[in-house]
Amino acid sequence: MAFELPPLPYAYDALGPYMSAETLEYHHDKHHLAYVNNGNNLLKDSGLEGKSLEEIVKESYGKNAGLFNNAGQHFNHIHFWKWMKPNGGGKSLPGKLQAKIDSDLGGYDKFRTDFVQAGVTQFGSGWAWLTLKDGKFVITKTPNGENPLVHGGVPLLGVDVWEHSYYIDYRNLRPKYLEAFVDSLINWDYVLELYEAAV
Amino acid sequence: MTTVLTTRRGMLFGAAALTLTACTGTRVRAQAPAGPFKLDPLPYAPAANEPHIDAMTMEIHHDRHHAAYVSNLNAALAQNGEAAKLPLQDILAKLGEMPEAIRTALRNNGGGHANHTMFWQIMGGKGGAPAGELAAAVERDLGGLDKLQTDFNTAGTRVFGSGWVFVTVTREGKLAIVAKPNQDTPLMDGARVLMGNDVWEHAYYLKYQNKRADYLKAWWNVVNWDKVAERYAAAKAGTLTI
Repeated sequence: MAFELPPLPYAYDALGPYMSAETLEYHHDKHHLAYVNNGNNLLKDSGLEGKSLEEIVKESYGKNAGLFNNAGQHFNHIHFWKWMKPNGGGKSLPGKLQAKIDSDLGGYDKFRTDFVQAGVTQFGSGWAWLTLKDGKFVITKTPNGENPLVHGGVPLLGVDVWEHSYYIDYRNLRPKYLEAFVDSLINWDYVLELYEAAV
Repeated sequence: MTTVLTTRRGMLFGAAALTLTACTGTRVRAQAPAGPFKLDPLPYAPAANEPHIDAMTMEIHHDRHHAAYVSNLNAALAQNGEAAKLPLQDILAKLGEMPEAIRTALRNNGGGHANHTMFWQIMGGKGGAPAGELAAAVERDLGGLDKLQTDFNTAGTRVFGSGWVFVTVTREGKLAIVAKPNQDTPLMDGARVLMGNDVWEHAYYLKYQNKRADYLKAWWNVVNWDKVAERYAAAKAGTLTI
């Protein structure tokens, strides 16, 4: 099925001061749109036209780099917008998620440290993830447009560490961006929704 | 986050960035920790490449990004005395022989140091065209300057994510266009780099945002062909390093 750019689920200025309207305008209206348009062009005659986005991501991985890059980024960004909300983040997690973070990741503080560190150490463009793999929460990172789907996991939460996601607001200070994402932007209700759909 | 400033553009800064902002226009020279490698100052004023590359981008790129590669490279080498004695081009050509514990750090930060050292050197010019022997080599191997620029820019736009596009040069003076991801460099293949452009978003985002193609096109206006010609002559003499 053809890719479509979903609208942002909030106003462009809703995530300030942690993520500016200017960043969201470029990121959503230009970068995400380019993945949608390039993806649709590359989808033609790929043999994957009738598949779901998840299937296209998995089946193009390692076989059709151009399509994979754009389909992967389309998938990642669809969720990225929903992984954030105004007045998000912080330690008030839904109970089910808190319990899994406690049992699998050593508690919230360790989750925060390790998730930020995964983002800081993803060299170049990419993403850091909270992934459900074999029934457990794990923190992972992937380069460029990759995501946990192609590594046998379910992405529950992801943060974009391509420089376009933070350069206008934070310049080279990727750690500050990641801390702000965790402390003030994460939409844990959407993480819970994905977790419940996966188990 | 304790120190927060929101400017009229809605930018959010921590304390470290505030320091940089405060120093805009009054050259900051980042200090790398002790180690075999150091960050040389930019060979021209940060505004020298205006309007094609803005001074703020040059400052952050050199004083923060490049400085971090030097600092991290030295930190990795502090753990290995033997590797620290090697010239950078040898470290990069022999990554497979480097200790596994620091191999990735050497690849990313050693590559970053080599790439940026070359990058600053070949900019600060007025664009135009190569002359003499270099012009003949561009004509012979790359189909002329127009075709070089078209093919180089296309290769640069095709790098998905962070990376570089280069022109490599052999000892015989033969040229080729090569793209690499992240901070990889043709030096890792034992080749030599004549020139290259950085297509990490940090190289152009403040001025060009998502328009990488416009940046690639504009960049040719600041190429210093005299410096590129010096590198070409050095490559043929066997003295070109990074």
